Amino acid sequence: MAVTATSTPYKLTPEQIEEFGREMDEIRQRVANDLGQADADYIRGIVKAQRAFEGAGRALFYLPPAWPLAVASLSISKILDNMEIGHNVMHGQYDWMGDPGLNSRMYEWDTVCPSEQWKYSHNYIHHTYTNILGKDRDVGYGILRMDEEQKWKPYYLGNPVYAFLLMTFFQWGVALHDFEVENIVSGKRSWKDTKHLHRGFVRKVRNQTLKDYVLFPALTGPLFPLTLAGNATANLIRNIWTFNIIFCGHFPAGVETFSEEEAENESRGAWYYRQLRGSSNITGSKLLHILSGNLSHQIEHHLFPDLPARRYPEIAPEVQALCEKYDLTYNTGPLHKQLGSVAAKIFRLALPPRGKKTAGPTEQDRTPEQVTGFPVPKVSVRDRVEETTVYSDDSDAVSNDRTAELVSA
Amino acid sequence: MNLAQTLLRSPVVGALTSPHGVDRYLELVNPMWVVNDVRARIVDIKRETRAGEPVATITLEPSAAWRGHEAGQYVQVGVEVDGARRTRAFSVSSPESKPGDLITLTMRANPDGIVSKHLVTRAQVGDVVNLSQAEGVFTLPNPLPNQLLFISGGSGITPVMSMLRTLLRRGYGGTVTFLHYAQSPDHQIYADELAELPPNVHVHLVYPEAGSGAFYCTDELARILPGYADVDAWACGPAGLIELVQETFDENPRLRVEYFKTSTLRPVDGAEGRTRFDRSGEEGENSGATLLEQAEALGLRPEYGCRMGICFSCTSVKKEGVVRNVVTGVESDQPDEEIQICVSAPLGDCVVDL
Repeated sequence: MAVTATSTPYKLTPEQIEEFGREMDEIRQRVANDLGQADADYIRGIVKAQRAFEGAGRALFYLPPAWPLAVASLSISKILDNMEIGHNVMHGQYDWMGDPGLNSRMYEWDTVCPSEQWKYSHNYIHHTYTNILGKDRDVGYGILRMDEEQKWKPYYLGNPVYAFLLMTFFQWGVALHDFEVENIVSGKRSWKDTKHLHRGFVRKVRNQTLKDYVLFPALTGPLFPLTLAGNATANLIRNIWTFNIIFCGHFPAGVETFSEEEAENESRGAWYYRQLRGSSNITGSKLLHILSGNLSHQIEHHLFPDLPARRYPEIAPEVQALCEKYDLTYNTGPLHKQLGSVAAKIFRLALPPRGKKTAGPTEQDRTPEQVTGFPVPKVSVRDRVEETTVYSDDSDAVSNDRTAELVSA
Repeated sequence: MNLAQTLLRSPVVGALTSPHGVDRYLELVNPMWVVNDVRARIVDIKRETRAGEPVATITLEPSAAWRGHEAGQYVQVGVEVDGARRTRAFSVSSPESKPGDLITLTMRANPDGIVSKHLVTRAQVGDVVNLSQAEGVFTLPNPLPNQLLFISGGSGITPVMSMLRTLLRRGYGGTVTFLHYAQSPDHQIYADELAELPPNVHVHLVYPEAGSGAFYCTDELARILPGYADVDAWACGPAGLIELVQETFDENPRLRVEYFKTSTLRPVDGAEGRTRFDRSGEEGENSGATLLEQAEALGLRPEYGCRMGICFSCTSVKKEGVVRNVVTGVESDQPDEEIQICVSAPLGDCVVDL
């Protein structure tokens, strides 16, 4: 069946997209004008809580029976530091306060990834090219197959294993993100290309290791092994939590990805539109929102990455109302639902594509290199057909506008 | 320095409190316990004048890291207003200090100045403000010459006062000529102290607007101090006064100046082209004003501090175009260079990463 792509990449007309963008700008401006004492008090309160949990955690290791409590306390400290404080401060959400302790250029977080390197790959690359295959390296982080458009190969049979390992060692995955290890392995990037990262990386790893695995354990004397194990557990709990929250941000069913052509020369309105379609939220209690650094409001965060995250819950109803107005999907759900959906995707995409072929090659095809980041042998037309396969048993495909339109075509 | 401070500044404590540093923990217990940051507690606030915008002298007790100051230097003072820290430079008015000494600042509540207005009208004894170490080269030489000339206008008297007080404390035996301009006797700062200076300090208080004495001019200075060209001189005050004094001394290296901004900096001539703020996508006609002012006119809120080119809070990357530093007059055309947007005005098209 010969099919030419008749779908436009956008469901909205260009005029509607611009109008949508203007309405987003209005929300943004209104909140920006309203920033003040309450926002400053909030983030300082969170910092105070984080430091208190940290102090309590470190101190409780002197009481062996309180070990679980110590670990819990230190885990919360690290989660608060990385999420509600670190992530958000480094986005420049609190730069307007002029406080060096809460400034995006100066803040350093309690994890092995140097803030300077993270800000480049996250604030610039991920937030600018969100979900653009071949540009946003957060799609699969160079090691996972998280999108149908990434061409399958036998390596991806290990998808669930890689995901599990990434979760366990998440802080290291984040730290090595800028090295683009997968491109070094494939020969696209040489070790020399990462030279500018080495010093910062070594210094940060040294500082974090010295603190958690040498100095604090040593300070507890004979309890050294217990404290060391406790610190390692706290880092692990933080890894698992942050991995799970972050994977709910762009990978649940229904979240869209984009080709480079689709995002070429896009207007501000189209950028907003792409951010909305490429992100998903988690519903839950206020505690969940705080512990997720309000990344449970990933949609609002991607629309307004430099507005203080505490404002996202108040903005959310307005964004939702605009989604209703323009008949757009506002992707949200409880943590278990979003996580289940992500897990299903990790397992499903481990396997090669199967099912009914409904579409031929289209202009939206991308080269395999762009999709996976790996160089792959030149593909035949037959292989390329499989890339645009749509599965009748795939609930994702139904809610994916672009793929759904291919089906109808 | 006491033992606790030595310990808190040690590399081991640094490693234990990494990546935040020990001050980020200490300040939560008591903002004055910081050992690396400089802060100060307000211990006294005193009104100085009887007319005009209120003037106050604020006595500060700096934190442990304060290294002291040389007479004539300034500090950056940061206060928090509506959650945001605003920073402004003020000359220290007390005599030269060592670590542990109290210092004083004297400032007029500028109606457009957030920091000075806050300090003069709203700050309370006990408040803690952020401080920088002392900066600036508007200071006395060593050894001291046997004749000195000070010229100041309005609150430009403050660094001069620090120098005078230092000289008196050191028992300086040379001759000091001090020419000061103010709006009226009721606007005069330190009136009582100036009335009681020793005879080797010749004070000339001039109030041209109140009909007492003439505005500054070279002839007037020559009348007061005929050999002025051979005397080491310090001038501090509004930009207008400083320009006139600079004309008098005409490149003479004996003159040191310091001036403050009273309103917005003058735009450069021949404003043309467009100014674009890349990250926000805002764009407008180049008004010739500084990039910071142009950004704000477009509704952006870039970070800024002193707005006079000294604190580097507003440092941003200029991606394209030529800018002129409105303070120094230096033009630069390098792409992707860090500039201070508060003192950089574009000449023609300009793109800034904001």
